[in-house]
Amino acid sequence: MKPLEQARPGGRTLPETEAKQKDGARWRTARDTALIYLAVSLGSVIGSVLRAIASMAALAYLGPDFPWGTLFVNVLGSFVIGFYATLTGPGGRVFAGTRQRQFVMAGICGGFTTFSMFSLETFLLVQVGNLPAAGLNIGASIVTWLAAVWLGHILASRLNRLGGV
Amino acid sequence: MQDVFQQLVWVALGSVLGGPARYFVSGFVGRRVGETFPWGTVAVNVSGAFAAGMIAAAAIGGVFPTSVAWQFAVTGFLGSYTTVSSFSLQTLALARDGQIMRAGGNVVLSLALCLSAVALGYISGSAALGVGAP
Repeated sequence: MKPLEQARPGGRTLPETEAKQKDGARWRTARDTALIYLAVSLGSVIGSVLRAIASMAALAYLGPDFPWGTLFVNVLGSFVIGFYATLTGPGGRVFAGTRQRQFVMAGICGGFTTFSMFSLETFLLVQVGNLPAAGLNIGASIVTWLAAVWLGHILASRLNRLGGV
Repeated sequence: MQDVFQQLVWVALGSVLGGPARYFVSGFVGRRVGETFPWGTVAVNVSGAFAAGMIAAAAIGGVFPTSVAWQFAVTGFLGSYTTVSSFSLQTLALARDGQIMRAGGNVVLSLALCLSAVALGYISGSAALGVGAP
């Protein structure tokens, strides 16, 4: 607003100009939101396809007795989000804009990890009567997820404190 | 190999929608009830677990068509609709902020609600379709 007023010696902006500016701002906000959704969608595809490959590989090599694939993706995804959030967060050594952060965190990490498959696989273990495996899946998951996000955060904090570029 | 590729394509198609759906729902719930507790993530994870339970009941009962539909709806859509990474990050953030009760509450609540939701989804799905009694 200010520069325009200065540009006009009369000190008043024309109503049409104001309306145009508001339209422009609204359009930019809508465009930014759409681009964030696009980034989240694209990231989710990458994360989900990688998760599906990991699940298939775990099923092929480790068998169907325990949901290793889901445990693996959830631990790795927790590590990556902890690391990236701290590395690009306030005081982080890497700058990333909102869209880029949402692409990695809400998109790739969000698409890679899954709470629904964890829940379903635990339930199916209970249903077939394998209570020890169900309990182990819950206990091991919660401990390793949280340990992984913490480890990622700690490593990135160390990197942030290092000198140099 | 062709089969694997085809399955991955369906996973991709499901996740194109699932990720943005999570972003929308968790943001919507977060703005409505406030950001002091990660209700948005709880909401997507619980609703996703319920849906996964229902679809599993249909699949085990033989009324859910093919493995392609499973890849699309469960592995693709629900897999990317729900998230562990945000749950972990938000729990860590609460703990680092000294809000140990809230961090612990998030863990207990998420586990209890998601596991109940998947069971409830399965039971109601079985009942509705008259298949695979739990």
